[in-house]
Amino acid sequence: MADAPPLEIHDLTVAYHKKPVLWGVDLVVPPGKLVGIVGPNGAGKSTLIKAAMGLLPVSSGWVKVFGEPVAKNLRRVGYVPQRESVDWDFPVSVMDVVLMGRYGKLGLFKRPTKADRDTARECLDKVKMLPYANRQISNLSGGQQQRVFLARALAQESDLYFMDEPFAGVDAATESAIIALLHELRAAGKTLLVVHHDLPTARNYFDMLLLLNMRVVAFGPTEEVFNYETLQKTYGGRLTILSEVAEAVRVKG
Amino acid sequence: MSRSANINSRTNRTTVRLLYLLSPVCYLLLSLPAHAARIGDISETSLTTQALRFFTFQDPSVRYALLGSMLLGISCGLLGSFLVVRKMALVGDALSHAVLPGVALGFLWNMSKDPVAIFIGATLAGLLGAGAVHLIKQTTRLKEDTALGLVLASFFAVGICMVTMIQRLPTGNKSGIDKFLFGQAAAIGAADVQLMAVVTGLAVVVIAVFYKEFLVTSFDAGFARAVGLPVQAFHYGLMLLLAFAVVIALQAVGVVLVSAMLITPAAAAYLLTDRMQRMLLLASLFGMTAGALGAFLSFLGNNLPTGPFMVLAATTVFAGAFLFGPRHGVLARWWRQRSRAARIQRENTLKAIYHVLEAREFQGEGVSLRELAERRRETLEEVAAQAAALRTHGLATLHDDGSHIFVTPDGWQRACAIVRNHRLWELYLTNEAQLAADHVHEDAEKIEHVLGEETVRELERRLVNTTQDPHGKSIPVVPVSLGTKSEPTPGYGRSA
Repeated sequence: MADAPPLEIHDLTVAYHKKPVLWGVDLVVPPGKLVGIVGPNGAGKSTLIKAAMGLLPVSSGWVKVFGEPVAKNLRRVGYVPQRESVDWDFPVSVMDVVLMGRYGKLGLFKRPTKADRDTARECLDKVKMLPYANRQISNLSGGQQQRVFLARALAQESDLYFMDEPFAGVDAATESAIIALLHELRAAGKTLLVVHHDLPTARNYFDMLLLLNMRVVAFGPTEEVFNYETLQKTYGGRLTILSEVAEAVRVKG
Repeated sequence: MSRSANINSRTNRTTVRLLYLLSPVCYLLLSLPAHAARIGDISETSLTTQALRFFTFQDPSVRYALLGSMLLGISCGLLGSFLVVRKMALVGDALSHAVLPGVALGFLWNMSKDPVAIFIGATLAGLLGAGAVHLIKQTTRLKEDTALGLVLASFFAVGICMVTMIQRLPTGNKSGIDKFLFGQAAAIGAADVQLMAVVTGLAVVVIAVFYKEFLVTSFDAGFARAVGLPVQAFHYGLMLLLAFAVVIALQAVGVVLVSAMLITPAAAAYLLTDRMQRMLLLASLFGMTAGALGAFLSFLGNNLPTGPFMVLAATTVFAGAFLFGPRHGVLARWWRQRSRAARIQRENTLKAIYHVLEAREFQGEGVSLRELAERRRETLEEVAAQAAALRTHGLATLHDDGSHIFVTPDGWQRACAIVRNHRLWELYLTNEAQLAADHVHEDAEKIEHVLGEETVRELERRLVNTTQDPHGKSIPVVPVSLGTKSEPTPGYGRSA
C-alpha cells in the first residue's frame, strides 16, 4: 500500500441535526502537496477536516488515510485545531501542551520520556518558542499561542496534517514563520491541508486549492483553479464576497 | 394617614421576617459557647487539649470521623479540580442532589444504614441523573445548564419525599437517614471508613495512571480524539469517580453542600497555581484540611451538622487565596497597580524637570521646587512629595535647604528616555498613522510609560529622521550612564 494516496475521501456527507452541511465530497489528495481549503463562512471547511479525522459522525461515505480507514491510521495524522477551541487559562505550561503531541505515539499508561521531552523541545525551537517553554499558556500573544499549537502538531511527527485556520488573528511575523514551516514540512514529503480564509494570500501560499461551499466546487493546482468562474461559483451571490473575489482576481491579473 | 400606617406595618412585617430568618443563626451563636463550655466542664480541658485529643486519633469515637473527613476531602479536591478546569462545576451540584433517592433506596434495602447498599443505590441514582441530563440535551433544544437544573431539582424532590417517608415508617432502625441532608461526621463508622479509603485510593490511582489522558481530554477534547483517545470513555470514567466521591462524602457533608467540597478547594488551588499537577495536590490538601477542621468544629459544637463547617473551612481557604494569592490575589494585583502608578508618577516628575531645563536651554543643573510646581500646575507640597519619591529611588537629590532638586545620572537617563519615548511616539503617529500633530500628545502621554525595548528599536528603524518631534522640539538621545554601568539602559533607544 506504499502508493496509496495520503487522503482519499469518497462520497462524504455530514449533517448537523439532520441538516446536511457537506454533500457528497470526493477528494484524492496526492502526496507532498500543500493544499488550501477555501470557501465562504459556513461552507463546511472545519467540518470537512474534522469529519476526515473521524471527529464527527458522518451520514455516508468513507475516508482513507494512506489506504487504511482513518480510525486505524490516526498516528499518521497531525492536527492543529482552531485556536479559539480551547481555554487558554487552563493550568498547563507551553511544554505540557507540546508534549500532548506525543500522547498518540505513547499510547495508554505510558508517561512522556526524556526522548519525548527532547522532541518537544526541538519542535518548540522550530517555531521559535523554546524560550517560552515554561510559561503558562495564557501569558502568550495570539500568534505565540498559534505557534504552540503548531509545535504540538510537529511533535506528532505525522505524514498528513490538518490545520484549521492557523493564520487567523496572528501577527505578520508569525504568519511568515508559519508559512516557512509549512514549506519545510512539504519539502520533507508531508501532505498538508490548511483551512484558510484570506483569498489574496491563498493564491500565493498553496500548491493546490480546494474550493468548498457545502460541496467541492473545484479542486486542483492553484493556477488552474484560482479563476473568476470557480471563485464566483464558490462565493456566488454574496455581494461583499464578490468584491473580494474581484479584488483577488485583480491581484492575480 | 392610612398610607403611613401601611408603611409602618410593612416595616414591621419585614423586621419580623428578618428576625425569623436570623433566628437559626442566633440560636447557633448562642448555643455554641454553651456547648463548648459544657464539654470543657465535663472533661475539664482547654481548647488545645481538645484539639490534641481530636487530631491525634486517640479517641476511638472521633477517630473514624476525622479519618473519614480527611479521606473525603482528598477525593473531593482531586476530582473537583477536573470539574473546575472543565467548567463543569454545575455538574457536581446536579450529581450530588441526584444521589438522594438512591440513598433512600439503599436504606430501604434492609432497613439499615448499610454503607455498601447505600453506596450502590446512590451511585446508580447519580448515574441515572447524569444519563437524564444527557438525554434531555440530546433530544431537545435545551442546553446543558437547563437540563442540569431540571434533573437536580426533580431528583432532589423525589429524594426528600422518600427520606421523609422512611422517617415516618413504624418499623426498623431509621436513625441516621436524616443525617444525609446536612452531614454528620460522628455518624461515620468503621465500615464507612473502609469504603472511603477504597474509593479515595481508587481515585488517586486512576488519576495517577491516566493523568495524561485526563489532562488532554480536559484541555482539548478535539485534539485528544484526533490522536485516537476514547474521549467519551474518559468523560464517563471521570463521572463515575465523581459519583463515588460524592457518595462517600454524603454522610459527613450532606447532600445539600457536598458540591461545595468539590468546587471550593479546587477553586482556591486554581487561583494559586498555573500547573495542573500542583493544582491537584493543593486541592487535595485543602479538601483534607477543610474536612478535618469541619469535623473538629462540629465535634466542639457538640456534634452540630458537619457539612456547613467543612464548607466554611474550605471557603476560608478560598478567601485566603482570593485575597493573598501571590499572582492572582486581590492584594497582589492592587500592589502591582499601586507600584506601577508610583513609577508613572516618578517618570512624569522627571519629564517635568527635563521640560524646565529644556525651557531654559539646559542652563544650570538644579530645578527649584517652585518652577516644578508651576510646570506641573500643582501645589508646592505635592511637588515636594514627588521630589522625595525621586530621592528615595536614587533618581534625584535635594539641595539648598531642600528647595532645589538635582537629578542624578540615573535620573537624567530615565528623564531623557521618557521624553524620547514620548516624542518618538508622536512622530510615529504623525508620520506613519497620518494623525494631525495636535492629536498625538494625549496618546503619547500614556504610551511613553509602556514602550519596551523592542518597540523603541522598531520605531527607530521605521522613522528616518529622529531628531525632531512634530511640534519642532528636539528628541533627546539617552546618555550612556556614568560609573559602573557602561551599557545604555535597555529599552531607551540608541545613544550618541
